[in-house]
Amino acid sequence: MPDATGLELIAQELRETGHGVLDTLFFRDRASIVVDPADIRSALAHLRGRGYAFLASVHGVDYHPVEPRLGVLYELLDMTRVDRLTVKLRVASQAPEVESVTPDWPTANHQEREIYDMFGVVFRGHPDLRRILMPEDYEGHPQRRDFPIGGEPVIFTHNDLARNDPAAREGVRG
Amino acid sequence: MSPEEPTAGAAATLSAYRRREESITLAPLHEPLPASAGADEASHELLTLNMGPHHPATHGVLRLLVTLQGEVVREIKPIIGYVHTGIEKTAEDKSYWKVIPVVERMDYLAYYFNSMAYIGAVETLLEVTVPARAQYLRVIHMELNRIMSHLVWLGTSALDLGAISMFWYCFRERETILDLFEYSSGQRMHTRYFQVGGVIEDIPAGWAQKLRRFIKLMPTRAEQYGDLLNRNEIVLQRLRGTCPLDAASLLALGVTGPLLRAAGTPWDLRKAAPYCRYEDFHFKIPVGTVGDNYDRYAVRLAEIHESVKIIEQALDGLPEGPHITEDRKVALPPRHELATSMEALIHHFKLVTEGFRVPPGEVYFPIESPRGELGCFVRSDGSSKPARVHMRDPSFVNLQAFSKMAEGSYLADLIATLAMLDPVLGGIDR
Repeated sequence: MPDATGLELIAQELRETGHGVLDTLFFRDRASIVVDPADIRSALAHLRGRGYAFLASVHGVDYHPVEPRLGVLYELLDMTRVDRLTVKLRVASQAPEVESVTPDWPTANHQEREIYDMFGVVFRGHPDLRRILMPEDYEGHPQRRDFPIGGEPVIFTHNDLARNDPAAREGVRG
Repeated sequence: MSPEEPTAGAAATLSAYRRREESITLAPLHEPLPASAGADEASHELLTLNMGPHHPATHGVLRLLVTLQGEVVREIKPIIGYVHTGIEKTAEDKSYWKVIPVVERMDYLAYYFNSMAYIGAVETLLEVTVPARAQYLRVIHMELNRIMSHLVWLGTSALDLGAISMFWYCFRERETILDLFEYSSGQRMHTRYFQVGGVIEDIPAGWAQKLRRFIKLMPTRAEQYGDLLNRNEIVLQRLRGTCPLDAASLLALGVTGPLLRAAGTPWDLRKAAPYCRYEDFHFKIPVGTVGDNYDRYAVRLAEIHESVKIIEQALDGLPEGPHITEDRKVALPPRHELATSMEALIHHFKLVTEGFRVPPGEVYFPIESPRGELGCFVRSDGSSKPARVHMRDPSFVNLQAFSKMAEGSYLADLIATLAMLDPVLGGIDR
């Protein structure tokens, strides 16, 4: 992990190269940088040049009810110095859109699809942005904090029958 | 085939179909097929084949849309989500200690690892110190789990290659490990043995002896597996040189674990960024050379030996002391204290009703699971329930490399590659 000073130096360097750095956090010996969503792709490309060449994970967070609500976190790893850095960004829940990093980091492909599926963040420039874990015709983004738990109908044929056919519905109830 | 062909085939001349069949060579096909002479549409027609989701060779509920050109794989599209159960969502509605059993059910062959990644993240947030004995017991159980996971992989993969007896041998040893798990925790699978701050109970009397018998036996067994498979003609033909992928492409696709090590990159979080006192143990990181299916097989088989070494050292050096932290705000007080101490009773009541509160913050805690980097991200908002739990499951990420590995090879090699990829669908779909 970079220490607190190292983190500030990286942030300074990003600022000087024209990237919007909104915040730096040093928490439990873990360094993270909050960047402007508009600069994410070039910021990650810059950090790759500094040695953070492995994108370990991309995942989403919902900071409900604080706006901008949706967060996307990129866990970078420098395999030679064994150093980790988290890059974070926040987008508003109304029309959340971020540039996809899949063209630079092929590993982000499935993970960005998962964030799109679970949180509804749209990744601009993603080669194949579809739902990945939920059914394709599913409505809503279940990992959002305001998405209700429970009440999900189980997709079995007899449920379908019960919905369409009153006689069968009686049978199910009886 | 045109309907006239059977009658023409009865004559001495070969039918168009037979001629095409005879023209197939077993040369590796990593470049596009040459356009066949004449307007023979059938030989370069693309066929989309659906494999799964219910298929014994997909090792779970994985569906593959495979585009074939003759017998050569041109494209693979994995379709997942069939066993998605919303565990990450469920975890947000449970207090921290109740999340452990649900996250254990993600990657169902690596339950100790799932709970370790989650617990590690929570312990980092809480800044709780874990006693050395607990860390050693965790290491022993995780390495047993790694052997168990590799045994299931070896048995089922050999089954895919047509060797059924390997399956029985591997499951025989796996059964011994599951007995050990049952002996120490009461459960064969999803044991909930690891707790925030340590492990739930110290190992019972006689457990260490039983484990010693097992670690004495296991290297011999692993060598027997090697004797059966290493120079087996069928195994060599199916695995050697098939579907290799270089380290640079694997790293770009985020692949970690035995698959990356098979391509020659000695990256192992147990060595690179030790957690859980892994720095106390001497072991080697097996690596391959070319990154083909045979290397993937050989690396995992060698890892069984290394895990046995770690268990041996951890058992020899097992420190005395408490098995869980003395911090009563995090760990349950011992049962006998409840009868005499009001304080203990209050702590017990608080822990089992509300649970403990965790300071707000976000932590990503990566560990080395049998399949690669298993990272758990936990966000706390200061309450007694996590605001977000996310597992960076290695199977989910590694699956992206499958298409790159198998493109341009034969359909039969696709099966072997999928077996060597070792995906666990419970972990992929979560």
